[in-house]
Amino acid sequence: MRMLPRTQDMDTNRRQFLRHSLTVLGAAAAGEIACRASRAAANNDVPSGPAVPALTPDHQVVDARTGAPMPESPDSARQGVPGRRWIMVIDLAKCDGCGSCIRACGKMHFIPPDRQWIKVLRMQESEKTAPYFFPQPCYHCDNPPCTKVCPVDATFKRSDGVVLIDNERCIGCRFCMAACPYGARSFNWGPPQNPPEAVAKGYSPEHGFPRRIGTVEKCDFCPDMAAMGMLPPCVGECPMGATYYGDENEDAVTNSQGETQRLSQLLLDRSGYRQMEELGTKPRVYYLPPKNRMYAPPTMPAKD
Amino acid sequence: MSDANSQPHNVERDMLATFGPPGFAHKFLVIGLALVVAWALVAYVHQLRIGLSATAMSDYFSWGVYIVNFVFYIGISMAGSLISAMLRLSNAHWRHPISRLAEAITVFSLLVAGPMILIDMGRPDRFLHVIRYGRLQSPILWDVLSLTSYLTGSFLYLYVPMIPDLAILRDAPGLSPWRKKLYRALAMRWTGAPVQHRQLDRAVAVMAIVILPVAVSIHTVTAWLFGMTLRPGWHSTIIGPDFVIGALYSGVAAVITAIVLFRYYLRLQAHIPVDHLRKLAKLMLVFGLAYAYFVINEHVGAAYTGEGAERPLLEKMITGNYSIQFWAMIFIGLVLPLLMLVTPMGRSIAGITVAAIFVNIGMWLKRYIIVIPTLASPFMPAREGAHLVYVPTWVEWSITAGGFAAFILMFILFSKVFPIISIWEVDQTKWPRPVETLADPGAAAGVLA
Repeated sequence: MRMLPRTQDMDTNRRQFLRHSLTVLGAAAAGEIACRASRAAANNDVPSGPAVPALTPDHQVVDARTGAPMPESPDSARQGVPGRRWIMVIDLAKCDGCGSCIRACGKMHFIPPDRQWIKVLRMQESEKTAPYFFPQPCYHCDNPPCTKVCPVDATFKRSDGVVLIDNERCIGCRFCMAACPYGARSFNWGPPQNPPEAVAKGYSPEHGFPRRIGTVEKCDFCPDMAAMGMLPPCVGECPMGATYYGDENEDAVTNSQGETQRLSQLLLDRSGYRQMEELGTKPRVYYLPPKNRMYAPPTMPAKD
Repeated sequence: MSDANSQPHNVERDMLATFGPPGFAHKFLVIGLALVVAWALVAYVHQLRIGLSATAMSDYFSWGVYIVNFVFYIGISMAGSLISAMLRLSNAHWRHPISRLAEAITVFSLLVAGPMILIDMGRPDRFLHVIRYGRLQSPILWDVLSLTSYLTGSFLYLYVPMIPDLAILRDAPGLSPWRKKLYRALAMRWTGAPVQHRQLDRAVAVMAIVILPVAVSIHTVTAWLFGMTLRPGWHSTIIGPDFVIGALYSGVAAVITAIVLFRYYLRLQAHIPVDHLRKLAKLMLVFGLAYAYFVINEHVGAAYTGEGAERPLLEKMITGNYSIQFWAMIFIGLVLPLLMLVTPMGRSIAGITVAAIFVNIGMWLKRYIIVIPTLASPFMPAREGAHLVYVPTWVEWSITAGGFAAFILMFILFSKVFPIISIWEVDQTKWPRPVETLADPGAAAGVLA
């Protein structure tokens, strides 16, 4: 059966895990002894104990005692880029609903046609208020209702603010989908079609493919691109420059036109807000109200 | 007081008679039920092949009838605790002939509810991740812990008070060798000595007290699977107690249905008098009124204030896509049975039976109304092209039918191997309690019956 290919792996994994743990423990003990021995012998200034992380002005994390880069953690996809707090601002006055963000995101993440990681909704608060286009990615909430309910820590919040899903761990209970009030999550209901390029790149929670049957997926905020100083495709390919992406710690966000704004000033000047603040989810995506628009507002679909 | 003790019939003989060679109707029933279960297995294998795309669930309707079934069977599982623990603690002696039946309902309904969750999982092969990576912060872990505790407790509650009966069967003449062997092993050298009775009484008294908080916890925690989300209709302060009262209502309805069926099926009219059904019907009436009060409380606030997220949900139920299920639930599950139970005519066996079956159907619909309309009411507007309709597929209906058939089948097979009525508790003239036990104040006599 196609559904159950991993049961054997799991057993092996557990055994390997135990074996590796023992090896690591043994190695650590041996290392400690060797370290003490060498210190006693040379009495030089080789630092002992755990490394002390420190952030340099150019966003490198180094061991404060030696200045050498911190050792890479095996769980780096779960850790987040140190010192960063990724954030997005969407200017509703500039969005004309063209859908370039949907296509760019879909292309980069090989997203099947039945789902979208970023949606462009037609919003209208009430009958007489102005309709507007509303791009909606995952909000990567700072009080995420989705990660709270996950029974196995398959979806998690990172230090850089990003909420990701590990589809090698997800059990497919879909509690996170029920918990997310914004409907940001999609499920692989059937066997996914993974193009060869997707398979070749290999899996990481940071880009979300190749897909696996019976697991949840959603917008990943492209932290792998951000770490390389690149804008996510939904931001970089917006012809209107409506979406901004950046680092909250730097207080700067940038759009596809190369305009870099001071985040705090932008939110202040343009009355930035977050969607459904009253839910207490603390989204990391801010909206600028659709004021002084340069294009015609959308026509709303007929109500049923 | 119960008239079971004074009845002229011999409960041991009648119980042994239920073990007799199966008749045509019985064989037909068992084979039919087994076929339904087998068909459900076929449907599940199909679902394993193509994933949950075999169901009608979608990104909007991320849960479906599997979860509805799960909540329904969890609700029914209240039966055992109600009869065995609550009636034991309130010294209601009339529970004796029905307590085993009620406890069996609990065990079998949990045995159906658990697999429903497995069937709903996208990755059943990763089930052990729940232990390996389990996060106690997740309500799913609360449910797993609560369900396993309740199942273990209920299993003990079914087994331990049955030990004297197993000894009676062990010593009964004319049973086949495999039965003798089974009963001997399970009777655990029960001789009926005073010290054994004292130990049994103590164990049962302790279990009666321990099982109640566990029972309340499982219904509350199941409610919290919904209550801990930010969804309209789910995120409500009343949902925990609502599930507990709903479970009492649906539990007592399940007991009544099972009793009526078994009275006819195994010809036990003499041991379970009509009076018992009337008492249970009164309980059902009380729980039904309490539940109606909860249902009113659930909706009246949204109806009165017209609050943003709650109002469209209510409209979907009252006049919209879910109005048929909603009003069917109100009439079949609450109005009709409650009206029947307050009229003298409705308190005949037939009336009580019909009312109980209505309550069972109504409570399944209520679970549907809890799960599905909320999913049809997302905060954000649906994206273009997405359709907000959920109609379960043949796979989902097959597995639902299979769960129901498995529940009945477990019951029938159980009744063919174990006495469905407690022999030693009912026929206390033939198996009197040792005098020492009754005189011993240390045996928590006030709690026991």
